[in-house]
Amino acid sequence: MSKSVIEMPPKGGFSFDLCKRNEMLAKKGVSPPSFRKTGTTIVGLIFQDGVILGADTRATEGPIVCDKNCEKIHYMAPNIYCCGAGTAADTEAVTDMVSSQLQLHRYHTGRESRVVTALTLLKRHLFNYQGYVSAALVLGGVDVTGPHLHTIYPHGSTDTLPFATMGSGSLAAMAVFESKYKEGLTRDEGIKLVTEAICSGIFNDLGSGSNVDICVITKGAKEYLRNHLQPNPRTYTSSKGYSFPKKTEVLLTKITPLKEKVEIIEGGDAMEE
Amino acid sequence: MDLNMDLNAPHSMGTTIIGVTYNGGVVLGADSRTSTGMYVANRASDKITQLTDNVYVCRSGSAADSQLVSDYVRYFLHQHTIQLGQPATVKVAANLIRLLSYNNKNMLETGLIVGGWDKYEGGKIYGIPLGGTLIEQPFAIGGSGSSYLYGFFDQAWKEGMTKDEAEQLVVKAVSLSIARDGASGGVVRTVVINSEGVTRNFYPGDKLQLWHEELEPQNSLLDILNSPSPEPMNI
Repeated sequence: MSKSVIEMPPKGGFSFDLCKRNEMLAKKGVSPPSFRKTGTTIVGLIFQDGVILGADTRATEGPIVCDKNCEKIHYMAPNIYCCGAGTAADTEAVTDMVSSQLQLHRYHTGRESRVVTALTLLKRHLFNYQGYVSAALVLGGVDVTGPHLHTIYPHGSTDTLPFATMGSGSLAAMAVFESKYKEGLTRDEGIKLVTEAICSGIFNDLGSGSNVDICVITKGAKEYLRNHLQPNPRTYTSSKGYSFPKKTEVLLTKITPLKEKVEIIEGGDAMEE
Repeated sequence: MDLNMDLNAPHSMGTTIIGVTYNGGVVLGADSRTSTGMYVANRASDKITQLTDNVYVCRSGSAADSQLVSDYVRYFLHQHTIQLGQPATVKVAANLIRLLSYNNKNMLETGLIVGGWDKYEGGKIYGIPLGGTLIEQPFAIGGSGSSYLYGFFDQAWKEGMTKDEAEQLVVKAVSLSIARDGASGGVVRTVVINSEGVTRNFYPGDKLQLWHEELEPQNSLLDILNSPSPEPMNI
């Protein structure tokens, strides 16, 4: 008699089976590996021609700065960009995934992506994981219906605002926005205000630092100003430069190309029987 | 206060939400504060969301849960309207919300007030609090700020009010609750639904009536530092 096995449909979501084991290990002194978070100040605002997004560039692993110049403004569509705060892996994975889904959707519909589409895809995904995907996002873009700016929280709730800040430095940046924001800002005024807000986060929040990235999105055009401002240059650099001590000798140089060049010969005959 | 913990708290709406029937329709009202722990994440949120042309819902509790529930119900109601061939009734909308709330009661944390107008029953208000019970009421209040309004409504609500009386009652009630509840604040939004259609109104926070011991709103006294001549403070 053969045993019949009932095919269970795969259960979605996270599996929490190892939580008790982890607790037991923690009690015995084995600490879990720390994950890379983006301490972060991310902001967005709507100005007269579109949307400006801004972010700092520090990524932290516990108390250590693991990346002094990381990119927190992620590409979603040619007309939509998304800043991410929270666990770096989660923000990158979720924005990459939704960016691919948007591209497939563009192929299906033959139209430019809309910001609300990206918003709905992101919020559904985050809600399904009940806040365990730790991604707090500021999504901005310009589509046929106009400029849009949204914030998305890890539990899946969203807000639509004219100016928004997220991340550990959000309180410092929001203070700047609340005192200086007004409707109908010009491009230069908007960039200046976003830079001020990010700088406020960089200098007053320990989890944010290094440089300011800006992304300006208008109808039909976008400008990604990477390292628009660098208020934290390295102060003490050696004027002589760095070189290896003379005792290091080169014995052998061998270069192995990692990508093979393959020649394709077109027009071969079909297999003959 | 551990700021980091607070900013990762689930986004909730402290809230005061109100739904009131009057002679000919309903008035829904809400404040506009959404908080993450002790920080106000959005001081101008819109807690009254549209389900169909004639049915709106006031949301309270977890922002994520209430937004997703209203999204699902809007989708189901849209299908239902197409299949039925006429506008959905308020009772159907309320029941769809109740089914989601009750069947997922272990996972959801949201209290909703459904209000609208249809040609069969006129203006109706249905309250669907935390456990997923459905109760049709002449008026309903919800959210953390509603605790301060039970006595007020016992005294102030009466049958057969006019549209303006009902709207003024709602604005007064939300304003009283904003004065006493820390988790409610911002502006007062109202939606009036009747046979003629839907009207949205907006009452900014600094234009509301002042209650006991409330002070007039002032510009920051730091303006003195920026003024050209050093005049003594005029209070």
